[in-house]
Amino acid sequence: MLDVLRLRDDEPTDEPAVTLDSFLDQSNASSVRIEAGDDVRRLLPALDRVRLVEIDFPKLRDGRGFSSARILREAGYKGEIKAIGDVLVDLIFFMQRCGFDSFAPNKPFDPEDAQNALNRYPYVYQDAADGRVPIWKLRHG
Amino acid sequence: MYRYDNYDQAMIDARVAEFRDQTRRRIEGKLTDDQFKPLRLKNGLYLQLHAYMLRVAIPYGTLNSRQMHKLADIARKYDRSYGHITTRQNIQYNWIKLEEAPDLLAELATVEMHGIQTSGESIRNVSADQYAGAAADEIMDPRPWAELIRQMTNFMPEFSYLPRKFKIAVIASDQDRTALRWHDAAVKIVRNAAGETGFEVYAGGGMGRTPFLSFRIRDFLPAGQFFSYLQAILRVWNMHARRDNIHKQRMKILVHELGEEEFRRQVEEEFLHFETLGEDFPQAEYDRIAAYFAPPPFETGLSEEIDRSDPDFALWVDRQTVAHKAPGYAIVNISLKPIGGIPGDISADQMDIVADLAERYSFDDLRATHAQNLVLPHVRKSDLYAVWKALDEAGLGAANLDTVTDIIACPGLDYCSLANARSIPVAEKISERFAGRETELGELKIKISGCINACGHHHAGHIGILGVDRKGTENYQLLLGGSGAEDASAAKITGPGFDEAGVVDALEKATDVYLAQRQEGERFLDTYRRIGMEPFKEAIYA
Amino acid sequence: MKIITGNNLKTGAVIWWDGQGWSLHIEDAADVGDRGDQILAVEDAACRVNGGYVIDAEKTAKGPRPLHIKDRVRAYGPTVRADLSLKPADPEAGSWVI
Repeated sequence: MLDVLRLRDDEPTDEPAVTLDSFLDQSNASSVRIEAGDDVRRLLPALDRVRLVEIDFPKLRDGRGFSSARILREAGYKGEIKAIGDVLVDLIFFMQRCGFDSFAPNKPFDPEDAQNALNRYPYVYQDAADGRVPIWKLRHG
Repeated sequence: MYRYDNYDQAMIDARVAEFRDQTRRRIEGKLTDDQFKPLRLKNGLYLQLHAYMLRVAIPYGTLNSRQMHKLADIARKYDRSYGHITTRQNIQYNWIKLEEAPDLLAELATVEMHGIQTSGESIRNVSADQYAGAAADEIMDPRPWAELIRQMTNFMPEFSYLPRKFKIAVIASDQDRTALRWHDAAVKIVRNAAGETGFEVYAGGGMGRTPFLSFRIRDFLPAGQFFSYLQAILRVWNMHARRDNIHKQRMKILVHELGEEEFRRQVEEEFLHFETLGEDFPQAEYDRIAAYFAPPPFETGLSEEIDRSDPDFALWVDRQTVAHKAPGYAIVNISLKPIGGIPGDISADQMDIVADLAERYSFDDLRATHAQNLVLPHVRKSDLYAVWKALDEAGLGAANLDTVTDIIACPGLDYCSLANARSIPVAEKISERFAGRETELGELKIKISGCINACGHHHAGHIGILGVDRKGTENYQLLLGGSGAEDASAAKITGPGFDEAGVVDALEKATDVYLAQRQEGERFLDTYRRIGMEPFKEAIYA
Repeated sequence: MKIITGNNLKTGAVIWWDGQGWSLHIEDAADVGDRGDQILAVEDAACRVNGGYVIDAEKTAKGPRPLHIKDRVRAYGPTVRADLSLKPADPEAGSWVI
């Protein structure tokens, strides 16, 4: 079973994540945790200091983290975005499309379920943060 | 109508495989019900009072005979040989087994059908005018946009776990046949002075516990920018909606709490951001889809003559048929409201008959309406008699469109685990009481919901009935003056509730007041709006 | 009395705890006293029931009768389709619900 699924090649940071408020106060932190109710745009001016953003999913059904991740990628953030909390393996395909590249769920993933989830859909209808080419572009070359 | 290409087909096939795997994991105990529930809801599978219920999408209410025959086969094979047409143009099956659901979805996929996002906190089936492509008053067929929006909103990565459900409607006429103002987001397709196609965009409507009509957030949005604009609306809502109380999470609540101006301001700001991402779908994709909706090869030089010598046929023609844009044709409404029967239910045999009629007489084109009826959009006037005879023989010949016996009712406590009261028996009793009085009472839209979730659209009824639980027994509130048309309004409650017999009596008293007070040309709704609640209240509670 | 109802996970059929297992018939429903939640926790974890809950019922000559109409509808079937109910041939069955 996977406690952490990481889709990046680089070395993970070992700096523990601090809250958004703390991060903005401190000048030396590089890992920050975004709670579901945080406004992730507060982080944008400080993005070049960030190596890891953890985004919390307090409840399976709370989908705010999807927006938070995508906003970070749209702002040009290239560091790690990790989904933490009540993360169900079935959601990681959409999460990856939104820019998540690592997952540390409360309940570990079955590795086979994780692979199935990531590879389930051969195409995508829309643009998102992962750069996959949407179906309409494939149709019209 | 739209036909899937290999991309569309691959997506729904993958969805079936995903659901099959999720079902296996649930049955093996690897997923708890809490984990599985949002996943199965994303495929339209509810756990209801008696069994699992599956809601199959009928995109913008359009289907062909092949699909309708498959729905009949599915009813026989996996259910109890009938289905139910819903208030969002979908179809529901009430007796599904979880262990068979993956096979059922696989069979649906062979005819380009699915249950994707028909329930749960997702973007639901896009509603459109059931007369699209046939209506004399549309500026264009809205369905290419409805199809494009379907492709925009299925499998949206950022917006698949929303605060609550999200419903979209599309119209292209001044007359509104979709209850546009009651949707979370809606577009009315218009043309500006320069002849460009754009959208009047509406946001923030919804029924449920607290009904709100949407407001016009944009007078003119160039159509090609809609994907960015929709994402802007969704992102503002996704980020700022309450997440603590399921009854306060629909977008209408956020709009109400922020106020229209502030909500618009935030959406427009977000829209500017999305425009920089360049994710809008191009004109070429719209054109590709629109080609599927080219008008069928209407014949010319057809007879406009209808032999009215059979009075039953003549009555049916007057009530059930509507003017078509092409000379010699008519739009046929098929009533699924037999007198004293269950609104919206259709048997497998009836589905096959309707499918054959569509193929033979309507260019293989069939529609579902949010009033729980069906439509054959393109019937030659010279074929109307044959169509009527076939419908009548099949028990589908009721001539009651938009009248007192054309009642909308949710499944209610007979089927639904959310319900507080049974709605179907109330509909049946009203239908029996008022049978034969359709012409006398004129246009009268009665809508019945078995609980505050308002799936029966009682807020939009000229007369609405809401079932509540009063100390463990069923009780019914009567409401007056709602509308789901372009003159949208929310119905108001008359006063204390009634038992089942009492609410039917109260309804009759309300219609008596109408008959006594109406002026020339007034519908029930018009008289109510003119004279107000008081005269009705007095009579009902005398 | 307190009885437990739920749905069979695989089939969705309405089931009633009979003291040892699950029956399709409410007449078999056992009085669980205050052990309902305990029983449900075990049965749910073993996937022998889905969406189970404890309800109040009164003892009658015909067996337990749920106090709330919703659960009586569960026990019987849709009141508007007697042919689809658990007892299509029994003319009294529907009035037991109401």
